[in-house]
Amino acid sequence: MNLAYRDVRHNLFRFVLTCLGLSLLMAVVLAMIGIYNGLVADALNIVKAPQADLWVVESGTQGPFAEASKIPGSTRDAVARLHGVAEAGSITYQTVEARHAGDTLRLYVIGYEPGRPGGPQAIAEGRGITQTHFELVADRQTGLVVGDRIRLGRNSFAVVGLVEDTMNSGGDPAAFITLPNAQILQSQLAPPAQRIQTARGAGLLESADTVAAVIARLEPAADPLGVATTVRQWKHLGALTQAEQEAILIGSVVDRAKRQIGLFLGILLTVSAVVIALIIYTMTMEKLKQIATLKLIGAPDRTIVSLIVQQSLALGMVGWSFGLILILLVKDYFPRRVVLEPVNAAALGGIIIVVCIVASGLGVRAALKVDPATAIGG
Amino acid sequence: MDEARRPLIEIAGVSKHFGEGEARVDALRDIDLTVRRGEVVALLGPSGSGKTTLLNVIGCIIAPTVGRVTLDGELVYDNRALRGDLRRLRLDKIGFIFQFHNLLPFLNARDNVALVLTLAGRSSAEAQERALELLDYLEVGHRKDAMPAVLSGGEAQRVAIARALANSPRIILADEPTAALDSKRAGIVMDLLRKLAAEHDACIVAVTHDEKIYDRFDRLFHLRDGVLEDQEEEAT
Repeated sequence: MNLAYRDVRHNLFRFVLTCLGLSLLMAVVLAMIGIYNGLVADALNIVKAPQADLWVVESGTQGPFAEASKIPGSTRDAVARLHGVAEAGSITYQTVEARHAGDTLRLYVIGYEPGRPGGPQAIAEGRGITQTHFELVADRQTGLVVGDRIRLGRNSFAVVGLVEDTMNSGGDPAAFITLPNAQILQSQLAPPAQRIQTARGAGLLESADTVAAVIARLEPAADPLGVATTVRQWKHLGALTQAEQEAILIGSVVDRAKRQIGLFLGILLTVSAVVIALIIYTMTMEKLKQIATLKLIGAPDRTIVSLIVQQSLALGMVGWSFGLILILLVKDYFPRRVVLEPVNAAALGGIIIVVCIVASGLGVRAALKVDPATAIGG
Repeated sequence: MDEARRPLIEIAGVSKHFGEGEARVDALRDIDLTVRRGEVVALLGPSGSGKTTLLNVIGCIIAPTVGRVTLDGELVYDNRALRGDLRRLRLDKIGFIFQFHNLLPFLNARDNVALVLTLAGRSSAEAQERALELLDYLEVGHRKDAMPAVLSGGEAQRVAIARALANSPRIILADEPTAALDSKRAGIVMDLLRKLAAEHDACIVAVTHDEKIYDRFDRLFHLRDGVLEDQEEEAT
């Protein structure tokens, strides 16, 4: 005869309500884990998307994501000629705000050279860029559809294709355009500002042919560190391997957000543990007379302990399951990507089991201290 | 000794005090009490006289400070507890009936009775069968599936009695068993307890304030300030 099950069945409505409350808490915890994963995944997606082995950037910087980097456009040819380099491509990154369908759209514009590394990897809908000018491939999160037109700077671009899950660490969806268009977008000023610059003669001195980085794919036998060392011999250039670039991104760009979410996650888990402990303790305190009766009629301590621990675990597991279902149903409605891996859900399940067992300790302690004499005398 | 009159409860020189120094309260003082097979006895006295403490000592819920307690021929206390597993002793030898029946609200009538049997190690099927027999015997078998909340006071008390009898204990301790019942039902319950004591070769010790049922007891023990003052035989 399972007393925990019978008690739950007897108070089913209250148990389900308690589980629902707990499941909302679990859903928030899972959402935070998912947002954290999404943050890291988005950040890494941008770095991984070009499938580069080497990032050539401005000397002394950790660009182009952690710091601004500006190198001459001719660098690509120099890098492409290095021993061990299979192919190289110039790339630029900039954040742009544009108007579309009455809304302000924040885009992470990536300028690349079609046919060279740096472009979108997989086109989910439409096609890739084939014209030198005024075509754009956007992430689906922008809300743009194939055939839309959008104005960036002083030029209008046609959306010819869509990609998925390509955004920067800030959550801004990516938009790919050709490198020449990106360079124009970076350097082109509004007409009045341009007139003043021209009058000062500044516009004539500054070259528009700069890029944020050159990315290189190496021959299979080439050593990335060896090629990086070669690049660094040019004093005005720095080089980062793909692994170094990813480490910089995680370590600096998303580190603060990661710690912030991690801390919040810790607080949420603590709150969950306290809530579970309070629920279990309250449930136990309500049953003290019944526990005293059980002791008096000869129930061993293990019967009473298992009644409390089983109910605690049932509460935690049902709350966790409901929470997981809830977050899986709503995760796509979050403004930022929520990435939940099975291992995350399983880890939280494991934590909840431990929390439930520890939390039920309070109830168990109270139950074991109950004097069977309490059952006598009303 | 005549087996039919064999003592089931023998208490000799039992005292119990709580606290020490100025806070010391003497709940029981040098109590001697013997209850034999088939006897139904009452513990009477005002609040704080030590009735419940004596019931707790007999029920192995609290240990006496000094004295000897023998239950069903087994010496349980002799100035100290002689048996480690008092829970098992309660399960095997003692049945409890409470003022407000204390049935577990999440088990139906049958399971409330069967629980005691499963705790004693009987199989589930055996426990269910025996529980139904007892409920039928106490004429509440038709309410076997009812939850305690929907049972009447009399029905709930009969189920509680069935639970107390489940392991065929030789000693039944009752705390105000009729306090929650009207006088007619109180009389019926007491007659039932007398019948059970006779049929099960058990003895019953009840704490009560209910004067209407005094005539249902074989003997009445009066306690005052922890002292067993006198005892009187009742014609039943």
